[in-house]
Amino acid sequence: MGLTYQRSAKRVLRANFVNSPASDYIVALAGNPNTGKSTVFNALTGLKQHTGNWPGKTVIQAYGNYRYKGKMITLVDLPGTYSLFTNSPEEEVARDFICFGEPDVTIVVVDATCLERNLNFVLQVMEITPKTIMCLNLIDEARRRNIHIDYKKLQDKLGVPVIPTAARNGEGLNQLKDTVNRLASGLICPNPRQLRYEDSIEKTIEELAAELIPTLQDRINKRWIALRLIEGDYSVIASIKKYLGSSTFKEEFEYGTDTPRMGCFK
Amino acid sequence: MYTTEETTLANLPLGRRGIVKSLDAEGIIRRRLLDLGLIPGTVVEPIRKSPAGDPIAFKIRGAVIALRLEEGHRVCVRPL
Repeated sequence: MGLTYQRSAKRVLRANFVNSPASDYIVALAGNPNTGKSTVFNALTGLKQHTGNWPGKTVIQAYGNYRYKGKMITLVDLPGTYSLFTNSPEEEVARDFICFGEPDVTIVVVDATCLERNLNFVLQVMEITPKTIMCLNLIDEARRRNIHIDYKKLQDKLGVPVIPTAARNGEGLNQLKDTVNRLASGLICPNPRQLRYEDSIEKTIEELAAELIPTLQDRINKRWIALRLIEGDYSVIASIKKYLGSSTFKEEFEYGTDTPRMGCFK
Repeated sequence: MYTTEETTLANLPLGRRGIVKSLDAEGIIRRRLLDLGLIPGTVVEPIRKSPAGDPIAFKIRGAVIALRLEEGHRVCVRPL
């Protein structure tokens, strides 16, 4: 009674990542290195998680809580990465949390002074989860350098909320908290722009995604998993087994002979 | 070295900017280089070398990123 299957399964899945049963919402904080993720984290939680400017500072994820409008929110500070396609342990931590930890919201912190290079990562996150918020951080620094960002337009183009912030002096944080609550509670449902691939790839995605339904049911983004399988990223299969304990994962996915290789960016 | 002939990123002298022409890599390394912003047409500048000359730090699309020679040699650039 009480908990539905889906809800309890989600709890179990999350327990792999965050042991914080009292919280109402779990929010992931992701982004490129050096965009001020830990500063945003500290500003929201009031904690003093060490901030510093060197790579790999946040390899082990840190988490902290804050309260907003009666809700307890657990914020998870993920390591900074340029990509979610696992080449390193940090990327795997970030990817697994966003994909298998099923956070209620994923905030992608981007550096407003070099927005372009951050957008690749934003698109990768949006491909996994529609529950994405883009936190356009260091907006004060951008203003100082005469960089003007039409964030309303950016928001329209991306299809997810874009919140300008300057975490070190608190600017925009209330709006960020408010958007987190509204998104987590389902008051807003972003409709992120999805990348469309060539017809042959789209067709394979559809076929694979249909095959994945018995294994993944209504959890985890099947389109995204299908894309990783097409790419030949087998670490994602290892993660499915690790977090979902799926022994039913078909062997042919792992050892398929005609798996198309990564070549779509030629 | 003031040639404008194509070379690899790792051969570019400090301070000399280059434009990415192509990547000589496949699979996960190619993906990695693309994720770091090394897309054909990108302007890159080597800004610092480690004492042993490997890795080298490059300014790529607003961020400073260090690459090993092994990776740097896979990026074909035309010096500007």
